[in-house]
Amino acid sequence: MIAPTSGSPRHILTVDERRVALSKASTGRAADRVVAKLFWLCAVCILLLVLAIALMTVVQSWPSLTRFGIGFLFTQTWDPVAGHFGALPFIYGTLVTSVVALLVGGPVGLGAAIALSEFTRGSLRDLLSSLVELLAAIPSVVYGLWGIFVLAPILRQTVEPALRESLGFIPLFTGPAYGVGMLAGGLILAIMILPTIAAVSRDVLRAVPVDQREAMLALGATRWETIRGAVIPYARTGIVGGIILGLGRALGETMAVTMVIGNRPAVSASLFAPGYTLASVIANEFSEAATDLHLAALVEIGLVLLGVTVVVNAIARVLVWQIKRPDRPSAAAGNVVR
Amino acid sequence: MRKRSSIAWHRRLGNVLMIGLCVAALGLAVGVLLLVLGYVVSEGAGSLNPAFFTQTPRPVGETGGGMANAIVGTLILVAIAVSIGLPIGVGAGVYLAEYGRSRLATVVRFVSDVLTGIPSITIGLFAYGLLVVPLRSFSAIAGGFALGVIMLPVIARTTEEAVRLVPDAIREGALALGIPRWKTLVTIVLPTAIGGIVTGAILAVARVAGETAPLLFTAFGNQFWISSIRQPIAALPLQIFVYAISPYDDWHRQAWAGSLVLVGLVLLLSLGVRVAVRRRALGG
Repeated sequence: MIAPTSGSPRHILTVDERRVALSKASTGRAADRVVAKLFWLCAVCILLLVLAIALMTVVQSWPSLTRFGIGFLFTQTWDPVAGHFGALPFIYGTLVTSVVALLVGGPVGLGAAIALSEFTRGSLRDLLSSLVELLAAIPSVVYGLWGIFVLAPILRQTVEPALRESLGFIPLFTGPAYGVGMLAGGLILAIMILPTIAAVSRDVLRAVPVDQREAMLALGATRWETIRGAVIPYARTGIVGGIILGLGRALGETMAVTMVIGNRPAVSASLFAPGYTLASVIANEFSEAATDLHLAALVEIGLVLLGVTVVVNAIARVLVWQIKRPDRPSAAAGNVVR
Repeated sequence: MRKRSSIAWHRRLGNVLMIGLCVAALGLAVGVLLLVLGYVVSEGAGSLNPAFFTQTPRPVGETGGGMANAIVGTLILVAIAVSIGLPIGVGAGVYLAEYGRSRLATVVRFVSDVLTGIPSITIGLFAYGLLVVPLRSFSAIAGGFALGVIMLPVIARTTEEAVRLVPDAIREGALALGIPRWKTLVTIVLPTAIGGIVTGAILAVARVAGETAPLLFTAFGNQFWISSIRQPIAALPLQIFVYAISPYDDWHRQAWAGSLVLVGLVLLLSLGVRVAVRRRALGG
């Protein structure tokens, strides 16, 4: 069983040594081996599942992959009737809405995280943190409903005309104000990624040692100078990780965007114009696709989406892990946030 | 000692300005939440009535009806999801916490975090290829399976955290008494960690209950009650989506009512968990 390692009788095992000793404890029994194998099987299940998802997506999109090749990514035509499929309008729409979401949701999320970590304490902080995290709990379809009936009319009647008046010389803010369009999609996404960015950034900011702040304050810096000079640089990797996690969510978000983006496969310069994203075209057309090639093309769009989000998430996780080691209990917070 | 007032005015201004902006950002985030919830409650409450909970949808053109079958459908889908995601997720979590010193464990941890980030719609595509095509029908099984896959990494990681928090002294005590390792795990460690595991499971349920995208071409939706889980099944989020993008005012009202029920369900689950966790943290 657990024997102290050699040495003096006073040798006290470190936590890590105890863990190692525990994990080796009584591995000889058949029942122990069977139970350990069962748990191992469950863990391996997750690996197999992710492999199966990747494999299934490739297999299902095979007809489209071989037919269109790499040109699929750069072709602007999407004509299910004639059998011509290109993903460019969807890639463009996804990128534009995600960039809008990051430009709006990033600063607000980071600001909220700084306010939560530096300027609030006690039960007020708990309350406000919970409220911000609740933004992540509201289902996507409810944001979509709110977007259709509240956000889009406001954009159509007030925001978009005002932007056109003041910034109309920039191509981004020209053309008729529909309300539904890439701007609406981007803003809804900004709301949806805000809690992810805020929660992850708050956690990494809280992980910055107090000494770091005290040292800067002792030098005569103001609160903000302390945050900018000593706190944010220390937490930078984790904050960037949080923002990239938000990006990952924005890229793959489906329902809310589908409901407010206007669903037109076109590449237009104006943010007011209707667009389409990778996820929305799958949502809208998959169950109505008539030909095998159409189905395969839609799955290939799913493959593009899968590849991009896996890469983005992998980068984000590596960055966040550097700050919050997975073996620390606080890492659980990262799982609560989608 | 220098007095605070000796700090240059532009530094003080910058300080106040930036702190103000951060607090404003927090205010904006909370404000948006209240705005969205406020609309859902005010629009939804006016449209909720007993029929909403007891009747199935009426055909196009007739007003009235409800979403009873969709509410039950969501419960069935979540039940299927839990029966798939819970055992495997808890098993994987226990592996990560108890045997998790290997390279495999690091890989599993990483992959499950990545799985959390995979768009739910691509998981829907996976379930379509795996279950809908071979069974030749949209079905509750396929929808529940897709939701189960989404739950899996959440449950695995929260279980890992919960099991990890069980003090080693408890394991050592049991082992010292000669209790086999597996018995220690099953009868002592897991019961100690059950609170955390349940918390994780409830959070996972709250997350998948509102999912729409993976159900579009797996559960598919249904206007009627179902008699078998091999048939297409209605779900609350799906029904909200269909009604929201329809041109009928009466359906819009029902979409708001459905949203209120869905948001109420999801918030009740996540808030309940939060309160329970805090109470336990204070107690311990």
